[in-house]
Amino acid sequence: MSDTLFGWTGKVLHIDLTTHEMAAQYPARALYKKYIGGKGLAGYYLRPYCTCETPDPDLPLLIFTGPLCGTAAPTSGRSVIMSRSPLTGAICDSSVGGKLATMLKRAGWDGLIITGKAATPCAIEISDDDIRIRETDLWGNTCDMVFDKLGDAASIATIGPAAQNGTRIASIAVDRYHAAGRGGLGRVMAEKNLKYISVKGTGKIRVHDEAALKKAREEIKRLTAASPVLLGQHGFANYGTGAMYDLMDSRRMMPTDNFRQTRFSDAPKLNASAYKAAYKPHSHGCEGCHIRCKKVAEDGRSIPEFETMSHFTALIGNSDMDLVMKANDICGRYGLDPISAASTLACYREITGEDFTVGSLIKALHIIADGGFLGKGSLDFAQSCRKPELSMSVKGMELPAYDPRGAYGMALAYALSTRGGCHQRAYPISHEILRKPVATDRFSFSGKARIVKISEDQNAVVDSLTACKFTFLAASLEEYAKAFTAVTGIPTTAQRLLEAGERINYNERIMNSLNGFEGCDDDLPPRFFTEHGTSGGGVEIKPLDRDEFLKARANYYAVRGLDDDGRPTEETTRRLGLELDSGAVQ
Amino acid sequence: MKNLCEKYAGKLIRQGLCAEGEPLIAGLDAELIWNREDDRNAELAKVFDGLSINSLVCARPAEPYATIIDFLAERYGDVIRPEDTETRTFLHDIRITHEFSANAIINALSKRKAVIIPGQGIVSYGTVSPEQGFVFYSSTIFACFVLFFSDYMTAARRGELDDHYRETFKTVVGQLAEPKTTLPDLIHGPLDNEDEVLAAMAVAGRAVVEYGLVDSFFGNISYRLNDTVYISQTGSSLDELEGCIDPCRMDGSTTHGLTASSELSAHEDVYRRTDDLCILHGHPKFSVIMSMDCPKKNCENRGQCHIKCTECRTVEGIPIVPGEVGTGPTGLCNTLPPAVATSGVAIVHGHGLFTSGKVDFNGAFKRLLETENMCRKLYFERLAELTG
Repeated sequence: MSDTLFGWTGKVLHIDLTTHEMAAQYPARALYKKYIGGKGLAGYYLRPYCTCETPDPDLPLLIFTGPLCGTAAPTSGRSVIMSRSPLTGAICDSSVGGKLATMLKRAGWDGLIITGKAATPCAIEISDDDIRIRETDLWGNTCDMVFDKLGDAASIATIGPAAQNGTRIASIAVDRYHAAGRGGLGRVMAEKNLKYISVKGTGKIRVHDEAALKKAREEIKRLTAASPVLLGQHGFANYGTGAMYDLMDSRRMMPTDNFRQTRFSDAPKLNASAYKAAYKPHSHGCEGCHIRCKKVAEDGRSIPEFETMSHFTALIGNSDMDLVMKANDICGRYGLDPISAASTLACYREITGEDFTVGSLIKALHIIADGGFLGKGSLDFAQSCRKPELSMSVKGMELPAYDPRGAYGMALAYALSTRGGCHQRAYPISHEILRKPVATDRFSFSGKARIVKISEDQNAVVDSLTACKFTFLAASLEEYAKAFTAVTGIPTTAQRLLEAGERINYNERIMNSLNGFEGCDDDLPPRFFTEHGTSGGGVEIKPLDRDEFLKARANYYAVRGLDDDGRPTEETTRRLGLELDSGAVQ
Repeated sequence: MKNLCEKYAGKLIRQGLCAEGEPLIAGLDAELIWNREDDRNAELAKVFDGLSINSLVCARPAEPYATIIDFLAERYGDVIRPEDTETRTFLHDIRITHEFSANAIINALSKRKAVIIPGQGIVSYGTVSPEQGFVFYSSTIFACFVLFFSDYMTAARRGELDDHYRETFKTVVGQLAEPKTTLPDLIHGPLDNEDEVLAAMAVAGRAVVEYGLVDSFFGNISYRLNDTVYISQTGSSLDELEGCIDPCRMDGSTTHGLTASSELSAHEDVYRRTDDLCILHGHPKFSVIMSMDCPKKNCENRGQCHIKCTECRTVEGIPIVPGEVGTGPTGLCNTLPPAVATSGVAIVHGHGLFTSGKVDFNGAFKRLLETENMCRKLYFERLAELTG
């Protein structure tokens, strides 16, 4: 690495809300090379405190950017927010869009480490080097009110009433249309009495080789232009992620009635085209993105993302599109994860046998946002009813809108995800459904263990760079390695980056192991091994074969360098240059 | 995994890219599996230790491809930079290493999707399926073939041909298969329902591959039935279209085209402009070569012809248009439809050939084959004029 630091700012800001102390940290350059940024660096800083409970002031809330953020590298304006999840007890990181990362980077910071607990509700306001912790009277305000009052000049990350009311599925809303949605990270912020963070930065990011970056940018943009799913006429740029809705319907893997079925009869009239016709949305994008997959309705409300569209219809038996818009709006304003919220409602519906009306659905969402009996997620509720098997979750986090019986790699990836029921760690939908980089047999576990491992490593790199995972439905680390080298001046290859991705994932495995997670937690709800989905149209949706699943999981453990129970080993820990911890390593 | 390794080994042979018994393909999940035993397996197995991949393809190409890649490797040194669309978009460039060792292969494949080892062949890899290695292998051969013939024409035009190139060219030309002239009997129209359309598309797709009018899994095919365009899925093999065709409504009422070919917009636009009912798109080699042959000197767009060419170029009256894959301001979706609508056939610079037809695929296929044969004939005629 040259004397001058390119890409990264070289500074991380630590703010202690208990003492109001602030300190700039200067990570060693080797640390940047080892963990890249974003998810990687956040995980590094979380590790010493990863066993802290949510109320513990020492538990950090970490917001990190990546080396490409703020440069011309396409779709690289994302940030990662990370902590230990109040919902699952596992690590939880969330890639979030908007302009938060770009502003933070321009303010001169690669990341924020927020610890402590303020005595009274407070806000952190950053404007370049000017950093203030101030009391706020916005506590209790909904997210939209916070955005309205603070304006658009700075990037804003805020919690809503749900987090303040103790809901474990509370999100952190960013720049009105974006959110760190999953795992209850909003609750961590609320425990610190921190209502919002505003960031304004005016600096520039130093790039080592602008010409090489331009070339890498052209290659990446050329690939995205060739991608049907991104910039195709039916793709995300035109319809948002809701474009997936028709596909999941036709592939018979739309989770319906709390995953009891995999096809929803009213789906054809609730697709992305219907939203486009009804709400006349315009496009909105994260900073530095040319795809602009976010859709905003004429009246200013967000068009739901695919998972929200699916779960607030098929999963809970609702055919009212406007009710989906209302539910999505409530989740946005109160700061709720719509995936977990809808799945908790679906669990409630199955256990009680009560179908939702417009009124009862909205009332139930308010119960969640108020921290009521559904506010701790589906597993807590199902356990309280002595039916934990009806929580469609992994490690306590509710599953997104891809039925695993229709994509076996997805089944494996759900079970193994370090943050619980998440589709984005390995995103096998990419090859099992979207045919990228090539199609694989979605009804087979053959080869999937290694594919999941490689994909997890790739996505860990993407979240560390911090780029958008959607872009990797077209481009690959080969092109982003060039962008990385152009920005930082550090020669690298896709393979070298993947080595960092492996380290980042293994570090998360170690943290989960320290919190008691083991093989039995890498599993799916029993329904998927015993019940059929909705077959038809030449497609049979069978229960997953338990033995084949366990064999694939064992293969994954072998490929990942874990022991037979999914726990880290000393050998792999050493190989990856990670810190040994006797509590985690076998 | 074993099945996949054997499947793509078979495809390399059937498509004439490798000799019988030549391809080595490995797949790795928890255990490494080969399609066959070979002395090179032990060294190639080490590649998996140094790369996060799940499959590997290694084979010496059949002739004339082996001669071509060895010649280009000798001439270009460390890296070959073809200018066809497949290379530009997906391969970027083609690396060469002169050592058959795991370390050399790891070093090359850590940067690119395929590597040429002169005298040994091509090695490529996949991260989710051996199909990727097959595609990169096939694309490398296609790109090298196009470059070899393009370079020769350019050198002839500049009076820069040397004896080695002349001799190699003569050898290669002597090994080219005779052009096919007998047309296949594809399913006849009118095609009145979905089942008939899907069957006709599968048969036509297979014929395009069998006639060598497309490489690897690129190319696409569509048919319009009322207001629905049935089109091959992105990355689908035209010889395996069963279950890989998306019905896309032209009224925008569904997004089933999310997995459709990246050229859906161009196909739809052709249908909107004409009463044509079907489109075939292949990558016939001499059509691509001729699309890139331009005698113009000192052109300010040189090197950017694929997006910036403003000349009204044709090959024997067939329009050549610029345009990149897919959408975007420089996408072929902007340039191709008017050309196909006017002529029923058009070549996209450095990319491939599109033909349209009425009623069924017989007419479109005839145009595809005849255009390629005409381009091949024209190539050698033009070359004869240049070389005397």
